[in-house]
Amino acid sequence: MTIVKASMAGTVWKILVKEGEQVTAGQDVVILESMKMEIPIVAEEAGTVKRIMAAEGDFIDEANDLVEIG
Amino acid sequence: MFKKVLIANRGEIARRIIRTCKRLGIETVAIYSDADANSLHVKEATESFCIGKPPVTQSYLNIDSILDVAKQTGADAIHPGYGLLSENATFAKRVKDAGLTFIGPKFEVIQAMGSKIEARKTMQQAGVPIVQGVNEPIADTEAAAKIAEDIGYPVMLKASAGGGGIGMQLVNNEQELRKAFEGNQKRAQSFFGDGTMFIEKFIAEPHHIEVQVLADAFGNVIPVYERECSIQRRNQKVVEEAPSPFISEETRKKMLDAAVDAAKHIGYTNAGTIEFLVDSDQNFYFLEMNTRLQVEHPVTEEITGLDLVEQQLKMANGEKLAFTREDIQQKGHAIEVRIYAEHPVTFFPSPGKITKLVLPEGEGIRHEVAVETGNDVTPFYDPMIGKLIVFGTTREEACAKLADALRSYVVEGIQTNIPMLLETVTHEQFLAGSTTTKFVEEYYLPKTTAVGK
Repeated sequence: MTIVKASMAGTVWKILVKEGEQVTAGQDVVILESMKMEIPIVAEEAGTVKRIMAAEGDFIDEANDLVEIG
Repeated sequence: MFKKVLIANRGEIARRIIRTCKRLGIETVAIYSDADANSLHVKEATESFCIGKPPVTQSYLNIDSILDVAKQTGADAIHPGYGLLSENATFAKRVKDAGLTFIGPKFEVIQAMGSKIEARKTMQQAGVPIVQGVNEPIADTEAAAKIAEDIGYPVMLKASAGGGGIGMQLVNNEQELRKAFEGNQKRAQSFFGDGTMFIEKFIAEPHHIEVQVLADAFGNVIPVYERECSIQRRNQKVVEEAPSPFISEETRKKMLDAAVDAAKHIGYTNAGTIEFLVDSDQNFYFLEMNTRLQVEHPVTEEITGLDLVEQQLKMANGEKLAFTREDIQQKGHAIEVRIYAEHPVTFFPSPGKITKLVLPEGEGIRHEVAVETGNDVTPFYDPMIGKLIVFGTTREEACAKLADALRSYVVEGIQTNIPMLLETVTHEQFLAGSTTTKFVEEYYLPKTTAVGK
């Protein structure tokens, strides 16, 4: 099990995956918005999305949990 | 003159406007979001009001809250700065309807220049050269493919409502165009609420050179020279200078004249900027008009001795420009660099707390900064934390002064683009004055991945 974390503070702009979905390593799972930029957050390992831990529009800090992949 | 001006902005530009107002004896009203409660502009204004939560839609773009504060405080004019609501025609109209003065052009003019397709048509009528292309919205990929074929590849796909490079893409052939059209249309729709697209011929390795104009309500339009802003990343300017090291005296005169024609044709008032693309043969083409004060206005101030904010206030107050075109002579050379809170190579944002800030000082060095030691750079706004402007009697002197200043500019706690700026302004191509808008891409892009929003 791995947790995909935010690489920097920002607002969750888009969640690109759903619970139960298969993802591959390197796939974009969340897009953050920080300083008027889109920051893609990728899954480092392949697996199944177990849990979405943030919602679109949420403000999150660096290293906050976003998606659990198992 | 106005007694009290509300500044509908934040950061360095809010401070810049407050400074001129103070000098002219005008009281100021600052607005701020929860994220900016400790900002310098909040401390420096005569009065300050929190108008909402950090996201811009809940604060700096909230027209109702801003007008409420203006009424409560008895402000008689609103300065919009740049970005945010500065080119929002609805805002300009609401300010006027509320019985206040909007420090900028008439809302109808803002509206007309806000559509790039409309602006193309208007400039063509004014006799200003435009890039070969279409003046009508393009419905779909099929229509786009036909038009691109007629114009001849490579072409630029552009969003009519676009800005900051969004909805804009270079395509080299039909296959690329088919792949790119719908995506850009959708992006433009989602960012600007308007997916109108058009196509222009691509100009290879252009210089970005713009002319500053001042226009009073009596029909006087005075050009106050050009600025060259060819060093850009993600279609955003990073280094700007005046005068342009590229154009000849003859081209300069033609561009200044074209800018005057453009401003007169649309009935422009207040300070505005006409942006041109200039090709390697010094042919110039209208790009867009910015109906507001520009980020890079200080370089014009340095070479002309004018205070552009003061001129804006006076023109908005119905005063006649107190000088002629011939009165304004450019002297020396000024260069501005924008200090961004971002990784110097990937250009990814770098929010965080500034633990130490030391600004270089010296003759001919000017700072416009938004932050001080201990401030947080939050993820909610643009990454620009300040501007460094240098003035020299020659370009060579200005370049040397700028490199020295960048070497002793200290920002700790966050990453900044200072190393990138230093590399750029000491690069032989920049020193030769021949950099085009392709410079950053050629020099940095293989190392970068960031996508502008």
